[in-house]
Amino acid sequence: MESTIVKDSVVIKSRDFNAYFGTNHVVKNVNIDIPRNQVVAVMGPSGCGKTTYLRCINRMHELIPGASSRGEMKINDEDIYEMHPIFVRLKIGMVFQRPNPFPNLSIYDNVIAGYKLNGIKLARTERDRIVEHSLTRVALWNEVKDSLNKKGSFLSGGQQQRLCIARAVAMEPEVLLFDEPTSALDPISTSTVEELFHELKTNYTLIIVTHNMQQAARVSDRTAFFYLGELVEYDETKTMFTNPKDNRTQNYITGRFS
Amino acid sequence: MAQIETELQLLKVEVTYMYTLVRSQLSNARLAFVNFDKDLAREVTQKEKRVNATELKIDRDCENIFALFCPVAIDLRFLLAVLKINSNLERIGDIADGIAKYVIKADGPFKKELLEVSRILQMYDESVVILDDTQNAFEQEDTILARGVFKKDEFLDNINLGATGILDKYLKDHPEDTLQALWILSIIRRLERVGDQSKNIAEEIIFYLEAKVLKHNKKH
Repeated sequence: MESTIVKDSVVIKSRDFNAYFGTNHVVKNVNIDIPRNQVVAVMGPSGCGKTTYLRCINRMHELIPGASSRGEMKINDEDIYEMHPIFVRLKIGMVFQRPNPFPNLSIYDNVIAGYKLNGIKLARTERDRIVEHSLTRVALWNEVKDSLNKKGSFLSGGQQQRLCIARAVAMEPEVLLFDEPTSALDPISTSTVEELFHELKTNYTLIIVTHNMQQAARVSDRTAFFYLGELVEYDETKTMFTNPKDNRTQNYITGRFS
Repeated sequence: MAQIETELQLLKVEVTYMYTLVRSQLSNARLAFVNFDKDLAREVTQKEKRVNATELKIDRDCENIFALFCPVAIDLRFLLAVLKINSNLERIGDIADGIAKYVIKADGPFKKELLEVSRILQMYDESVVILDDTQNAFEQEDTILARGVFKKDEFLDNINLGATGILDKYLKDHPEDTLQALWILSIIRRLERVGDQSKNIAEEIIFYLEAKVLKHNKKH
């Protein structure tokens, strides 16, 4: 697919990007521009390379033995693969499918875990400010402000996932990656997290891998459809869900994929 | 086959049934009008209830598919088109009903000379052809046939436009036929609406198949 150039400022830019597991070519020549302060949904059938592509954005793919990548992946025109991985992950936070707060840490410590693990020392007042600010951003502050010293695992599934988002937000990244962030949540928690996406995009750029097409339609500004490692189509979500250009996209979103 | 495909196919069958009903209403209203058959005209007015019930059934089925299957892309366009096609067909059913009511109210058969000079039968036949074209275009997913409707509708528009002058001239020689001429003019106006409704349907078929919006666009 030809690259889609977006006139707004681009945060993440991939050019001829490829990823491999050993000799298995799982992401093929992906060209994509992710515009700033937008929500981009990445969808496609299992094994299409969408999660691998997501993990390549913050260099988590290379942590897997035998995994490699080739091509250009840039954040604000800086080559992600020439930056220090820790610095990359400061700029690009990630939230996973299952809520994974540190079970032994309190809610408070979970939020500032990124600072602690990176050895960044902060004054108490600054820590307090970050915790309150991050929990407020994910609409969790009012629910947990009186129990900040309780363990993160004390919270419900939906709250735990918002805590994980708060943990990512606390580092003030530019981009937040979400790998099926609501697939383990009930519909009410899912709805809360989806509402959060709309609010988060005023400050961050969100890239969400989802199997749930209705979720992609509800929350994203643009949608990318991956199939067999290729980026088949990338367009405004409204267009993708009303008039997709490629038959493979149409077959997938209308449930006619064999 | 995905369940939504089955549901959409069933819906298509229902729309085809609606077409058959409306087509039969329009043809029977023509027969009643030409043969001055008040019994047949009454049958048309009775069957109007069935057209209305079918319209409601199709609306309800669309609503259910929207709610249960969250259709997108061509499925979404198909459903949106069906909702509008359904409503246009129901209006054509109303037009047939209206024509049948004129027949019921009229005192005697319409004069042959008046029928000929007004070109109303030509217009009637063409409006049925246009309706058939939209049905075929819908069933066969044929946008070329759908586009042909726009040209044919112009034929109806021309007869409609000329009707007032023609009847005015006719009435100067046959003032005793004033009432009949007024009925004829009313029916001509209604047939012109059949053309418009069919044109709307053709636009919906093109929207559904090609994702192009032709509404309010003169260049078809």
